[in-house]
Amino acid sequence: MGQVVLKDINKFYDSVHAVKDVNLQIRDKEFVVFVGPSGCGKTTTLRMIAGLEAISSGDISIDGQVINELAPMDRDIAMVFQNYALYPHMSVYDNMAFGLKMRKFAKPEIAKRVKEAADILGIGELLKRKPRQLSGGQRQRVALGRAIVRHPRVFLFDEPLSNLDAKLRVQMRVELKKLHLRLGTTAVYVTHDQVEAMTLGDRVVVMKDGLVQQVGEPLELYNQPANKFVAGFIGSPAMNFATVTMADGNGRLTAKNGGMEIEVPNGHVERLRAHVGRQLTLGIRPEDLHVAGDSDPVGLTFPSKVEVVEQLGSEILLDVRVGDESMVAAVDPTTRARVQDSLRLAVNPARLHFFDAKTEAAI
Amino acid sequence: MIEGAKWRRWVYFYIPITLFLVFLLFPFYWMVITTIRPDGELYRPWNAPNYAPFWTWNPTFDHIRLLFEETLFATWLWNTMLIAFVSTVISLVCGIFAGYALSRLNFPFAGSLGTGIFITYLVPQTLLFIPLADIIRNFRLGDTPWSLILTYPTFLIPFCTWLMMGYFKAIPKELEECARIDGASRLQAMLYIILPVAVPGILSAGIFAFTLSWNEFIYALVFMSSSEQKTVPVGVVSELIRGDVFYWGPLMAGALLGSIPVAIAYSFFVEHYVAGLTGSVKG
Repeated sequence: MGQVVLKDINKFYDSVHAVKDVNLQIRDKEFVVFVGPSGCGKTTTLRMIAGLEAISSGDISIDGQVINELAPMDRDIAMVFQNYALYPHMSVYDNMAFGLKMRKFAKPEIAKRVKEAADILGIGELLKRKPRQLSGGQRQRVALGRAIVRHPRVFLFDEPLSNLDAKLRVQMRVELKKLHLRLGTTAVYVTHDQVEAMTLGDRVVVMKDGLVQQVGEPLELYNQPANKFVAGFIGSPAMNFATVTMADGNGRLTAKNGGMEIEVPNGHVERLRAHVGRQLTLGIRPEDLHVAGDSDPVGLTFPSKVEVVEQLGSEILLDVRVGDESMVAAVDPTTRARVQDSLRLAVNPARLHFFDAKTEAAI
Repeated sequence: MIEGAKWRRWVYFYIPITLFLVFLLFPFYWMVITTIRPDGELYRPWNAPNYAPFWTWNPTFDHIRLLFEETLFATWLWNTMLIAFVSTVISLVCGIFAGYALSRLNFPFAGSLGTGIFITYLVPQTLLFIPLADIIRNFRLGDTPWSLILTYPTFLIPFCTWLMMGYFKAIPKELEECARIDGASRLQAMLYIILPVAVPGILSAGIFAFTLSWNEFIYALVFMSSSEQKTVPVGVVSELIRGDVFYWGPLMAGALLGSIPVAIAYSFFVEHYVAGLTGSVKG
C-alpha cells in the first residue's frame, strides 16, 4: 500500500511562503508528477513528503498514518535525487545494499534483492564498480536500483532525468514508466519538463508560486486547462495567446482584436455572452491552427504574415504575425510557405480556450 | 604546460621552477651538510685557503651521536610525537564534529559562531600563553605532557573546525539525505557516508594539526622546564645553544632528525592532502 495524502500543507522560509495550502490525495499505485517552473514549490513539497524539510503547517499522511514528525528513515519511502547522490566510496553493490544493511536485513536476503533489482535494471555486471567508473545513465540506474531494493511504500523522484543528455532522457523515461507498471509502487515525481510530466504521470499537478494550479490527468490538463498558466505550460510549442474583445453583433458573438475577428462557436456562446464588451485572452494551440481552405467558414479564419518557417519533418512550425501579436502554427508538412508570405489561417472551433484577462482563469 | 617555442618553455617554466626549488631546498641541504660536517670544517674561517662551505670530504656522524648520547634527544622526540599525536586526535575529533555541526545543522547563529571560532584562531599565541600559564599552574599541570596536550587544541581546534567546515560544505548534502532516507540516523549517515567521503579533508586537517603541534615552540618553552619533558624544538634550542656558543653540528642534526617524521607523514598522504585542500569530491 502507498496512499499519500497532503492536507493544507504550507511551508515558510522566514518570510517566504514557498508552498501554499497544498491539498492532494495520491492513490495507491498511482504515478503523480509535480510540474512547474523553478521555484514553484514542487521540490519543497516532495522534500516535505520525504521528511527532509519540516512542514510549517498541515498534515502529510501515508496509508492513514500522519508522518509529520517521523524521521525520513521511518517513513518507508525511497528517493532518487537529481545528482543521483551515489555514495562515492562504495561499490554499486554496497550502494544498493546500504539501505537494507541499515535496516538489518540478513545477508542472503540483501544479496537476493540486490540481484533482483540489478537484473530488472540491467546493471548486473556493474555491481563491483565504483560510481565514478559509471556513465550518467548507469549512475541513474544504480540510483533507481538503490530505491527499488527497499520495496518502499512510495518512491520519490526529484528531477531524476535532468542530468542526462536528451536521447538518454527519452530512453530512461520509457524505462521509468515500464518500471512503474511492473512494480506498481506509488510514485511522486518532480520535474520542470512538461513532456516528462505528460508522458509519465497518471495525474499531473501543475504548480506555480507555491500554489497548485490544477490537478488532473495529462489529457485533461491539455484539453481543459484551468487557467492561462496551465494552458501555456502544458503543450509544446506553447499555446498562443491573444488579447481580444468580445463583441455582439446581430446575435453573432465575435472575439476580435486588431488582427483577427473570430466568430465564437456555438459551444462557447452561452458562457461568453456575459463577457460582451470586455477584454478576454483567447488561447489557441499551435496544433489547432491550419492553413485555411475552402471548407473553412470565413468566421473562423484570419490573415497572417509568415516570419519564420521551422521545418521539423513531421510538421512545420510557422511563426506568424497576426495584427500586433505573434503566433505559432503547427501545420501540415506538405504546406508550402515562405517567409513574408501572407497566409490565411483557420482555427479548430472546438478547441478554442478563453481566459479572464485579469484572473487568468478559464471561462 | 607551456606551449610554443622551446625558449618559452625554458623562460616560463624550467628556469623559474629551478630557482624556486633551489630557494626551497637549500635550507634542507644546508641542514644535511652541516649535520655530517666535522667541527674542524664547520668553524673554519671564510678566508681560510681550504674553505668549502657547500661540500665535505670527511662526513661524520659525531653530531648525531652527540645528540643521542649527551642530550635527551630520543626522549624529546618521543615527547613531541606523543604530544603532537594526542593533541591532533583530540582536535580532529572536536574539529570534525564542530565543523559538521556548523556546516550542516542549520541552527541559529551558526554563521557567526563559525566566524567567532575563526577569530579565536587569530589571537596570537604570544598573548595567549600568559593567561594559559596561569591556568596550567592552577591545575598543577606544569612540566607534564598534559600542559601541552591540553593547550595545543586551543589553536588546533579552530583550525580543524574551519578546515572541516569548508570540506563538509563541498560534499553534496543529498548524499546524507539519501542515507537518512535509506534508514540511517544522522549520526550513522555521518559515520558511514560523510566521514569516509571526507577522508582527504580529515587527513589534511590532521597533517596540518600534527605539523603545527610538532613545530610549536612558545607554549612548550613556557610550560616545560625539566629537560626530560621537553619537545624537540625547545630541547634542541635550549640545550645546544649554551650562552653564546652555538653547537651548529648537533643543532642541525636535531633539526634534521626532527623534521623527518613530519616529512614521512606528508609523503604518505600527499595525494589525499592535495585533494583535501583543493576540496574535490569525486562522485
